[in-house]
Amino acid sequence: MRKNVGLKIGIFLLLKGLRMLTLLVAICLISFLLIKNSPIDPIQAYIGADMLKVGPEQREKIAEYWGLNEPVMVQFLNWGSALLQGDLGNSMTYRRPVADIIGERFLNSLVLMLTAWILSGMIGFIMGVVSAMKKDTWIDRMIKWYCYTLASTPTFWMGLLMLIVFAVWLGWFPIGLGVPAGVLAEDVTIADRIEHLVLPAITLSIIGVANVALHTRQKLIDVLSSDYVLFARARGERGFTLFWRHGLRNVALPAITLQFAAFSELFGGAVLAEQVFSYPGLGQATVEAGLRGDVPLLLGLVIFSTFFVFAGNLIADLIYYIVDPRTRESRML
Amino acid sequence: MPILEVENLSISFNQYTTGLKQKNIQVISSLNVTLEEGEILAVVGASGSGKSLLAHAILGILPDNATISGTIKYNGEVLTNSQQASLRGKEIALIPQSTNYLDPLMRVGNQVRTSVRTGDATLAQRAVFKRLHLKQNVEKMFPFQLSGGMARRTLLSTAIVSDAKVIIADEPTPGLDPVVIKEALSNFREFADNGCAVMLITHDIESALTIADKIAVFYAGTTVEVAPVENFTGDGEGLRHPYSKALWRALPQNEFIPIPGSQPHPSALPSGCLFAPRCIKATAACSQQQPEMRELRNGMVRCIHAT
Repeated sequence: MRKNVGLKIGIFLLLKGLRMLTLLVAICLISFLLIKNSPIDPIQAYIGADMLKVGPEQREKIAEYWGLNEPVMVQFLNWGSALLQGDLGNSMTYRRPVADIIGERFLNSLVLMLTAWILSGMIGFIMGVVSAMKKDTWIDRMIKWYCYTLASTPTFWMGLLMLIVFAVWLGWFPIGLGVPAGVLAEDVTIADRIEHLVLPAITLSIIGVANVALHTRQKLIDVLSSDYVLFARARGERGFTLFWRHGLRNVALPAITLQFAAFSELFGGAVLAEQVFSYPGLGQATVEAGLRGDVPLLLGLVIFSTFFVFAGNLIADLIYYIVDPRTRESRML
Repeated sequence: MPILEVENLSISFNQYTTGLKQKNIQVISSLNVTLEEGEILAVVGASGSGKSLLAHAILGILPDNATISGTIKYNGEVLTNSQQASLRGKEIALIPQSTNYLDPLMRVGNQVRTSVRTGDATLAQRAVFKRLHLKQNVEKMFPFQLSGGMARRTLLSTAIVSDAKVIIADEPTPGLDPVVIKEALSNFREFADNGCAVMLITHDIESALTIADKIAVFYAGTTVEVAPVENFTGDGEGLRHPYSKALWRALPQNEFIPIPGSQPHPSALPSGCLFAPRCIKATAACSQQQPEMRELRNGMVRCIHAT
C-alpha cells in the first residue's frame, strides 16, 4: 500500500516533468521569436553608444561572428544548446553572467515575495473565514468592500500611496532601494534590510489579501450550506466547534492550493512593486532588461519565472494529491 | 402524553422573484403531528410535499429565509429556538438520507464519535459498529469509500450513540437493496421497542407499513390524515381522507389506478381544501376554507366529508 503510493507519486512527478519540459521548450521558442522580431537590434544593444564609430563592414563581421546571418531556427538551436549546457549568456547591461544576476536578484525577491506571500495568505484566509461565518453582517460587508476595492487597485498605485504616507509624510521607513544608500556593503545590517523590506512587502500583502479572502469566503459559504454541515448542526454542533471540525478541514485545502497557484500573480505584483520602491529584485531586473534591450537577461528571466510559476502550480497539485484523501486513497491522476 | 407535538405548523420562504420583488412561498401549512414514546410514526407523501422540511423545523435548522409559525412541544413544553439548539443531537437525533451528509474529509469513525454525549467516545463507536456489523476498519474510512449500505449504517450509528429519545429518519430507504432496507427498518423497530419515539419520513409506503404504528399522510405541505397502520388494508375502506384512499389504490400491488392531476405547487395553493381540485367528493363548501384536523374513528382527518 505505502509502496504503491510512492510509485504513484513518482509517476505523477515524471508526467509533470514531461509537461514542464514541453512548456519550457514552447516558452523558449516563443520568447526567442518575439525578441527576434522585436525592434531590438542585438548589435546595437551590445555596442550601445559606440554605434556611430562602427561601420557597416564591422557590423557585418560582428553579425557573422555571432551567427546572426544564419536562419532563425539555426540561431534558436545554437542558443538552445548553449542553454542546455547551463550557459545563459552574459548580460549586456551588467556585463556579468545572466545566471549570477538572476541568482543574486532572486534572493532579494525571495525574501520580499515570501514575506508578502505568507502575510497575505494568512490574513486573507482569516478575513475570508470571518466574513463567511458572519455572512451579511456589517463585518462581512466591510471585508467585502475592502477586498473589492483592493482587487481593483493597481499595485504600483498602492506602492506610491504607501511611499507618500509612510516614507514621505511620516518618515517611518526609507524611500526605496534594498539597502541604505552610501553605506558599504559589508556594513549593511539585517535590520537595515528589514527596514527596506517592510513597505514593499506590506504593499504586496495588502493587494494579495483580496484574492484569498474572497475565495475563502465563497468556499466556506458553500461548505456551510452543504448537507454535511446541516447534519452537523442537527447533531448540536455550532459556532467555533462547527467551523473547527468541518469548516476549516474543507476550506483549508482549496485556500492553500490557491495560494500556491497565485505564485504568478505574486511575481507580476513584485515587478511593479519593486519598480516603485527601486527594490533590487527580479522584478526590477526584468523591467530594466526589457527597457534596455538586454536580450540574454530577459530570456533568462523568462525561463526562470516559468520555472518559478510552474513550481508553484506543481506544489499546489502535489498538496491536493497527497493531502486530499479522495485523491490519495482512490484514484490515480 | 406525547413526547413531541407539532401544532398548526406553517413554514414559508421568502424568495426574490424578478428584480427586487419578494414572494412568500408557503411550503407547509397548518400541520399537526404527534409522536409517542415507543411508537413509530411514518410520514408518507409524494416528493415535494414538505416532509423533509418538517424534520428540519423540529430540529430548528431551517435556512434563515424561512418563517415559521405554530408551536412545537417537547415533553409538553413549547420549544424555543435556544431549547431546540440544546436538544439537537442530545434528545432529538436526525438520520439523514445519504453519504452527502457526512463530512467528505473526516474519517467516519471520528464523525460517529462526535455524536457521543457521555463516556468513552471510541468505545461507544466501536460497540455500535460491531452491533451494526460494520468491520473495525470501516472507522478509518472516508465517506467516499463506503457502500450505500455501509453509509446507511454509519448514519444510523450516529443516532444510536447519541442516546436520543426522538429519532427522525429522513428517507432512509431509497436506493438500497431489499435486504438492507429490511435491516434498517428492523433497527427502527428496535429503537421504538427500547422506548424511543421514531418519526420515519418516507415515500415508500410499502416499507413503512411493515413497521410503523401510525401513518401520517402528507399532501401539499400538510397532513390530511393520521391513521393507525391497520387501516391500510383491502381497498382502503378503513381510511378517512379521499387522498389517502387514492394513494392506497394507486399502489402497484393494489388496484394501480392513479387519479388525474398532480399536487399543487407551493406558490399556487388553492384557497380551500388543498385536495379539493382533484377530489371526487368535492363540493362548494370545500373551496371556502381549509378544513380543520378532526378526530374520527381513532384517527385524525382533515376533510368535511369524511365518515
